[in-house]
Amino acid sequence: MKSFNSNGDGKHKWTMVVDLDRCNGCGACTVACQAENNIAVVGEKLASEKRTMSWLRVERYFEGEWPDLRVIFLPMPCQQCGNAPCEPVCPVFATYRNPDGLNAMVYNRCVGVRFCGNNCPYGVRKFNWFRYKWEKPLQEQLNPDVSVREVGVMEKCTFCMQRIRRGKDAAKDEARDVRDGEVVTACAQSCPTGAIIFGDVKDPESRAAKLVKSKRRFRLLNEHGTEPSVVYLKGGA
Amino acid sequence: MDEQERPPQHQEGERRMGGPRTEMPSLEELRGIAARKGQLKGLDIDLTMPEAWLNQYSLSPMFYTTRAYFVFTLALSSVVAWGAACWGYQIYVGMGVAGLRPPIFWGIYISTFVFWVGLSHSGTIVSSLLRLTKANWRRPVLRGAEAMTAFSLMVASLFPLIHIGRIWRVYYMFPLPNQRFLWPNYRSPLAWDMLAISVYLTASMIFLYTGLLPDVALARDLCPRGNWRKKYLTVLSLGWRGTHRQWHVYEKASTLLAVGVLLIAPSVHTIVAWDFSMSITPGWHTTIFGPYFVVGAIYSGVAGVISLMILLRWIFGLGQIIRTVHLYNLAKLELVMAVTWAYFYFVEFMTAWYAHNPVEFRIWEYQWERFPHLMIVMLGGTALAILMLSFHKVRTSPRLLFLITVLINVGMYIERYLIVIPVLTHRDNAYTWTDYTPSFVEISVAVGALAFFLLLYAVFSKLLPVVTVADIREGKIITGDVRIGNREVRVYADVEEPL
Repeated sequence: MKSFNSNGDGKHKWTMVVDLDRCNGCGACTVACQAENNIAVVGEKLASEKRTMSWLRVERYFEGEWPDLRVIFLPMPCQQCGNAPCEPVCPVFATYRNPDGLNAMVYNRCVGVRFCGNNCPYGVRKFNWFRYKWEKPLQEQLNPDVSVREVGVMEKCTFCMQRIRRGKDAAKDEARDVRDGEVVTACAQSCPTGAIIFGDVKDPESRAAKLVKSKRRFRLLNEHGTEPSVVYLKGGA
Repeated sequence: MDEQERPPQHQEGERRMGGPRTEMPSLEELRGIAARKGQLKGLDIDLTMPEAWLNQYSLSPMFYTTRAYFVFTLALSSVVAWGAACWGYQIYVGMGVAGLRPPIFWGIYISTFVFWVGLSHSGTIVSSLLRLTKANWRRPVLRGAEAMTAFSLMVASLFPLIHIGRIWRVYYMFPLPNQRFLWPNYRSPLAWDMLAISVYLTASMIFLYTGLLPDVALARDLCPRGNWRKKYLTVLSLGWRGTHRQWHVYEKASTLLAVGVLLIAPSVHTIVAWDFSMSITPGWHTTIFGPYFVVGAIYSGVAGVISLMILLRWIFGLGQIIRTVHLYNLAKLELVMAVTWAYFYFVEFMTAWYAHNPVEFRIWEYQWERFPHLMIVMLGGTALAILMLSFHKVRTSPRLLFLITVLINVGMYIERYLIVIPVLTHRDNAYTWTDYTPSFVEISVAVGALAFFLLLYAVFSKLLPVVTVADIREGKIITGDVRIGNREVRVYADVEEPL
């Protein structure tokens, strides 16, 4: 039952810290994610039906009434819950806990019953409703490290697992630990204001490990006991 | 049936009719007799009908086919074909042809699935319960109810297949030994569900078949020479000759099966409820769902049994066997279920109110904003059912009963729709709140499923005996009219057989 341990049993605990006070809602993270992870571009019609495939979306919330209005942007990737509701409901183990404490998706195992999507309180899981095509020459920019998903399977943010893998492999080759800042997700890399910080909280010197101790921290919908790995910061200078 | 063992009651009955007639009356004549027996309205069995006539009359749906039947079956088949074509289109193009979009991953496929599983419940529950309690009026109801269970479960078990994204990988959900030692995840309610449905389908098919044995043998014996049915009836009757030993084994088997099925049925629908209540989604995550679904299933299923009984009466002219008193008794059962169901509505809303979960409140508001008409039909339908079924006149009128039971099942379909959809459209994360409308493909498949159920039933009625002849004949044997003082009283003798 080791693999069901909510903190993983590996050396790492990958965590994303999102500083909401720094986010200006530009959407660069969404675009970077789209390019990095071979996410299908569904076109205008499907997007208007809310069938976009983006793994990371920037939610907008409005505080107050016009004209005294404040907009809050909230980037929402998969929360990589420590106690993930999507995992136990999958009848075929297509979504499971990997040793790094991440919710991994095995696309080839998925049969598409979509219970995981129903049980995710964050609504971050996406389903391949159609066979999406990459028109020439767009297929040339597909990331060779990431699989292209078939029709009828679920997908979601992986915390750029391919980048984590690359970082760990490099560290292993040089017989050292992964350095802080060596593994950066596509969204964190592209954020112009540096609102997204990615790191390993098991490394006490990492930036993420220091930020998660901040007094401004909070986690989304943790009342469900999901233990998300994404920590938001809000309400400070 | 062994001629030696028959008590003399049926001969008395024949005598009262003025001696047994040598030539067989035509079917029209038999139905005419059925119509004239107005004075027997309150009684569950006609003792005056000779056994040979009863046999012929009970098997008449099998052997007499009208042109209307072919037209009806053809119409149903074309609806089924259209539904199947829509499913094929969905497999070819992708799930996107359904009206689903994140975060609404389950639509009317799942609500239709729950509806058919629910409808399947009463068949075996009613049948086994009445068998075990030895209710004497049970006899004509059994076969129709058991067949309803089998067919609606077949239809229901299609829906998880229709619903999944990659049907061509469905075997991943089965516990098949494989090189990588990958097994289904038995923590998932869907894996329990699959097991529960397959167990229930198997058990109810065996239950139906066991009950069919003596009747199939009878049909085999009465089957005219050269009729194409003779062959499969011979195979299916498993060499049944009606010896004492065979009857003894049959009685034992059907009692044991009745107990088994009675235990399986409620657990199956509890597991279907767990598909929802094991999630953490507000509106689904509630402990009441198990008993709530079971009661709802019996409520909708008894209504289904009544509707089907009335249809059998109308279509096959079986009024002499499926009598008003049977409908009356079923309607009483339905009244009890309706009251229980209303109580569960009350409890569900009260627990939601007491918990004061803001998301559940929003779902409740949304239901009234978006589907006021559906809410009125659902809640009003139950209220109307309780009100109407309380009247003796309604319970004895097949027409009104048919209307009410159909209304009840429409309400129950809506109920399942409102369990699945509003909960998914309004989840914890307010940013994802959206709306859902079933697409043309989804509606076609759901309608095709209804047609498929009716088609299965229609074909069944031509292939196998649709009423339990053996049980009715047993009823005739143990029933008698006794004069006490100046009143004639119906009495039943029953032999307690040790298992």
